[in-house]
Amino acid sequence: MSFVKRVLRMAFSWLEAGLDRIFTPACNPLYHLGALGFLYYWVVAATGIYLFIFFDTGITEAYGSIDSITYEQWYLGGVMRSLHRYASDGMVAIMMVHMLREFSLDRYRGARWFTWFTGLPVLWMVFAAGISGYWMVWDMLAQYIAIATTEWLDWLPIVGGTIARNFLNPARLDDRFFTLMVFMHIFVPLFLLFVLWIHLQRLTRPVINPPRLLAGGTLLMLLVLSVVKPAESQPPANLDLVPSQIGLDWFYLPAYPLMDMLGNGMVWGLVAFGTLLFVVLPWLPPLRRAAEKAAVVDLANCNGCTRCAEDCPYAAIEMGRRTDGRPFDRQAVVSTDLCVACGICVGSCPTAMPFRRASELIPGIDLPETPIRELRDRVHEAAEGLAGDTRIMVFGCAHGYDASALAGPGVAALRIPCIGMLPPAFIDYVLSRHLAEGVVLAGCSEGECHNRHGVRWTVDRLARARDPMLRKRVPRERIETVWAPLAEGWTHRRRIADFAARLRRLAAEEAAGGPGKAAE
Amino acid sequence: MADMLRWIGQAVIYAGMALWLGHFANRPVYTHLPPEQALIKLSVVHGAQRKGECRKRTQEELDAMNPNMRTPYDCPRERLPIAIQVLLDGEVIYDRSIIAAGLARGGSTRAYERFAVASGRHELVARMVDSARTEGYDFERAATIELSPGENFVIDFRAESGGFLFNGKSVTYTPQG
Repeated sequence: MSFVKRVLRMAFSWLEAGLDRIFTPACNPLYHLGALGFLYYWVVAATGIYLFIFFDTGITEAYGSIDSITYEQWYLGGVMRSLHRYASDGMVAIMMVHMLREFSLDRYRGARWFTWFTGLPVLWMVFAAGISGYWMVWDMLAQYIAIATTEWLDWLPIVGGTIARNFLNPARLDDRFFTLMVFMHIFVPLFLLFVLWIHLQRLTRPVINPPRLLAGGTLLMLLVLSVVKPAESQPPANLDLVPSQIGLDWFYLPAYPLMDMLGNGMVWGLVAFGTLLFVVLPWLPPLRRAAEKAAVVDLANCNGCTRCAEDCPYAAIEMGRRTDGRPFDRQAVVSTDLCVACGICVGSCPTAMPFRRASELIPGIDLPETPIRELRDRVHEAAEGLAGDTRIMVFGCAHGYDASALAGPGVAALRIPCIGMLPPAFIDYVLSRHLAEGVVLAGCSEGECHNRHGVRWTVDRLARARDPMLRKRVPRERIETVWAPLAEGWTHRRRIADFAARLRRLAAEEAAGGPGKAAE
Repeated sequence: MADMLRWIGQAVIYAGMALWLGHFANRPVYTHLPPEQALIKLSVVHGAQRKGECRKRTQEELDAMNPNMRTPYDCPRERLPIAIQVLLDGEVIYDRSIIAAGLARGGSTRAYERFAVASGRHELVARMVDSARTEGYDFERAATIELSPGENFVIDFRAESGGFLFNGKSVTYTPQG
C-alpha cells in the first residue's frame, strides 16, 4: 500500500509541477479538484433544471421529449443536454482523481478519516444520480442499463428476484418506473448537496469555488465540447429487441460489462470489497498515533488570543471558557479527534518566542512530539555545524521536498511538520543572533499546502498581513521562500544556490558600506 | 512569450480533457450481444403446491378461534420446490429444482435466466413440476420458434393462463397430446 501511495505521490507531484507552469500555482487544476467538482455539480444542476422543464415522464413520451430538446432547440436545449452529460462525466473524472490524490497525500487517516469516509456516500450518490439519468432517456442504452441494473439487484435474495420482470416485454412496462427514476434523479443530487456539506464539516475555509480563470476555462471547454460533439440518444428502447452494440458512458457504466463477463454475484462481491476497503483504509497499518501527536495547550502561557483557532485548517481548536482562573476570557481547547498535528497553531501563537529567556520556552500551544523548545535547540545545533560567510538555515516542510537533501556546505536544513508551524520570530531569531546569514522557508507548492493553509498563512505573516507578523527590523533580503511541488528538488537547489550568491553580494556590499549595511 | 506558451499549454490541456470526456462518454462501443444472436429469457414467479394437505377444521376448533381468524382450512405454509426444465432443439439448457422464497418456504418460487442463442428456427420446450408428482409434468409447452437476430424472446409463466407463455415474433405452438 505504501509503495502504491509513493508511486502515486510522485506521479501527482510531477503533474503538479507541470501544471504549475502552465496554469500558475494559483490556478493549477490539481489544487482545486474539490472546487472543480462543485463547479461541475452546479453546471449539472442548472442544466438539469432547464431540461426537466421540457422532459415528459412516460414510456413513449420520454424519448420524444428528449429528442425534441436535442434537435428542435439544439441551440439551447441541445447544448444544455450536452453540458449536462459532459459535466456529469467531468464530475466523475474529477472525483476519482480527487480521491486518488487525497490517498497519495495520506489525507485519509488519523483525524482526516471523517472527510475520507464521507466521500464514500458522495461517490455512490454521484453514480446513482448519473445512472438514473441515463435511464430517463429510455433509449437502447437506458433499456440495457434498466435490465442489467434490475437483474443485478434481483441477485440479492432480499430483493426477491422480481424487479427485472418489469422489463420482460413492452406490455409489462409501467410509467410508474419512470416516475421513480425521475424522483431518484432529482432527490439523489439534492441529498448529495447535503452530504457534500457534511463532507466539508471538518475543514475550515473550504474552497468550493475554483479560481475564476480556471472556472472560465472549464466552462468554455464544456461549451465547445457540447457544440462540437452534442450528446445524442441511441435508438429508442424496444423491449422486443436486445440492445446489441451499445455506446456506453465509461465514466458511469464501467461495471455493466463486468456484470456480463463475471456475473452479478461477482460484481456484488467487487462492489462490497471496494466499499469495505474504502471504509477501513483509514485504520489499516501504519496507524497514526493521533492522540499522542495532537497539539496541547499550556494554560500558563495561553492568553486566549484566538489566533490558533483562527489559523487551524481543520477546525480542531475552539475557544472555550477559562478554567484556570487567570484574568482572560477564553482559552484554546484542542480536539484530539480533529487535530492532525500540523503545528500551524504553534506558528500562530504569540508566545512561541525563541527569544524567551526568563522562563522555559513553552508556548500556549505546542506539539508534544515536535516542541518549539526542541526546534530552538535544533536551530542552535544546526548553526554550530555551519561554516562560511553565507550560512543558510533552511526550514523545510515534512510534506514537501526532503529538506535534509538540501543540506550541504554552508546550508543547514531542519524539517518541521508544516512550514506554517514556524513562528516568524524564529526567522528574526536566526538572523538577529547571527546564527545564519540567510533563512530559507521551503514548503509545498504555493497553490496548495499539504495542511491546507500553512503556506498561505506563512506568506501573510511574512508580508505582515497576518498575526504573528514578521518584525519590521528583519532584513527581507535575507529571507528566501521556495514553494514548489515535491518532485521539484532541482528548483529548491537552484533557488538556494541563487540565494547564496545574493547573500555573498550583500556581504560584499556591506563590507563596502553599501545597501546591505543599511538593512541592519 | 512565456505567457503565450502558458495560454497554449492551457488550451492543450483543456482540449485533452474535452477529448477524454467526449470520447469516453459513449466510446468504445460495447457488444452486449453479438449481432447474429438472440436472447431467450426465462422468467417465472409461481407459488407451488403446499407440501402438506390442507385439513378441514372441526366446528369445535373454529368455535375456539377468534371470529376473524375462523378460516375453514388449516393449511401448512411450506410449499414444494418447483422443477423447471427448458430444452432447445432437444438439448437441456436449463434444469433446476428451486425452493420457495421465505423463511418458512411459503412464498413464491422465482426463476430468472438468460440464454444467448443463435438466431433462426428452434424447437423449444418448457416444463414444470409444482406438485409432489414423480412422473410427468404439471405444465408443459412446446413450440417451434423463429428467432431473428437481436430478438428478446421471453418464456413467461402464468398458471391462470395455462402455464408457460412464449413471447416472441414467431411462435408456433406444438399441439399437446
